[in-house]
Amino acid sequence: MYSEKVMEHFMHPRNVGEIPDADGVGTVGNPVCGDLMTMYIKVKDDKLADIKFKTFGCGAAIATSSMTTELAIGKTLEEAMKITRADVAKNLGGLPPIKMHCSNLAADALHEAIKNYQKKKEAKK
Amino acid sequence: MDHGAGMPLDSRVFEAMKPYFFEDYGNPSSSHSFGNSARNAIEASREKVAQLVAAEKPQEVVFTSGGTESNNLAIKGVAYRNREKGNHIITTAIEHISVINICKFLQKQGFEVSYVPVDKQGVVDLEKLEAAINDRTILISVMYANGEIGTIQPIREIGKVAHENQVIFHVDAVAAAGKVPINVKEENIDLLSISSNDMYGPKGVGALYIKKGTKVQPIIQGGGQERGLRSGTENIPGIVGMGKAAEIAKRKMEAEGKRLTRLRDKLIKGVLDKIDYSFLNGHPTERLPGNANLRFSYIEGESLILGLDMLGVQVSSGSACTSKTLQPSHVLLAIGLAHEEAHGSLVFTMGKQNSEEDVDYVLEVLPDVVKRLRTLSPLTPKEIVR
Repeated sequence: MYSEKVMEHFMHPRNVGEIPDADGVGTVGNPVCGDLMTMYIKVKDDKLADIKFKTFGCGAAIATSSMTTELAIGKTLEEAMKITRADVAKNLGGLPPIKMHCSNLAADALHEAIKNYQKKKEAKK
Repeated sequence: MDHGAGMPLDSRVFEAMKPYFFEDYGNPSSSHSFGNSARNAIEASREKVAQLVAAEKPQEVVFTSGGTESNNLAIKGVAYRNREKGNHIITTAIEHISVINICKFLQKQGFEVSYVPVDKQGVVDLEKLEAAINDRTILISVMYANGEIGTIQPIREIGKVAHENQVIFHVDAVAAAGKVPINVKEENIDLLSISSNDMYGPKGVGALYIKKGTKVQPIIQGGGQERGLRSGTENIPGIVGMGKAAEIAKRKMEAEGKRLTRLRDKLIKGVLDKIDYSFLNGHPTERLPGNANLRFSYIEGESLILGLDMLGVQVSSGSACTSKTLQPSHVLLAIGLAHEEAHGSLVFTMGKQNSEEDVDYVLEVLPDVVKRLRTLSPLTPKEIVR
């Protein structure tokens, strides 16, 4: 059902964990639906210096979370905001159609974390 | 450990079927000797299936294309035939999807259907079932055992209630036949659905037991085979295979049932002992011999399946992520689980391929798979995964 790349990220996900003093945190999904993910980001010089995630969900949910962190680390916030669900799926060698919407939420979680960071920054001004 | 999803054909069944593809390819409706041979083969199989469920007469068994068709013939057949008597059907909230969809179809045609709830262990509430009966009730349809949570229903008592109220009693025994002893007479059953491929027989064949005198309207019209109840040229190799599978199942049932019950209980106890925040779904003792349905807090079933699959263990889940509809199992919701609990359920269905070594292996690897996924999950309380 899943590509080798998806299985590889599922079995060995990158950047798992939490960042206690994160600059931004984003959560999307809902355990009722079967997928919940939280992204933590550290920002330095307008770039994503570190990202960590925690995900409850199926294989696709875990693999897309992992892939999203890989795609985004080192990118500027502006570049990271342009990462789409389709980019994540493409880099994983595709996802089963039924998983494209329900489990491919990691890019959204990342965007939420960046928005959270920007909001906090605004508030400090 | 996913026998519920598909069982391999028994090689003895295949050997019994083989001649009916090449040598004895006659049509049972023909008058010549080829036709005779086919007819005899069907009747011998009918006898074996009748014996499996302790039917009084072989003629009470009608061959169909499988469990789904048997359920269709039983439920629609009774509904259409008894329409002048009433339009009310009673079933349960945990039936197989085929029964549920047949009932929904009949609801669109003006039938009324009551879905009786079950308790936390998946047992039908007898009082509520009896209370649901009214003077328009023509059929009660309850599964013998649930293939997902394993719970076996008090069939004899339900049948008694049905008959006290002059209501026909249908039992979907697809998940149970060949695994636990069934006695249609003693258990007050009027109609009983069986499938061949759930007892190591070929796919594409099943049977419906119809007690003599039970009025059923055929749902497939044609040349009048199977005493007019199921038209269409008989699937001879399939029927022969089902007969052989029924014969083997009956012979092995007691020993195999004991063996699988022991494996099941070892698996359940081992998991509950070794893994914190794990729970058994379904009834602890009134359950199918090879069935263990276990639930793990904070994680999701599909990722559990994948993690186990990578280690060579194949299982199923009640999670939405493994279903085509993206809805969690209706059975798990009916026993009162929250959606997120249903997502974390895993179904082990053991069969003749499984040994004690398999159980030991699962008990060895499963704790780490669960632990890894809990480490990944934002729902896991910190003190649990330290």
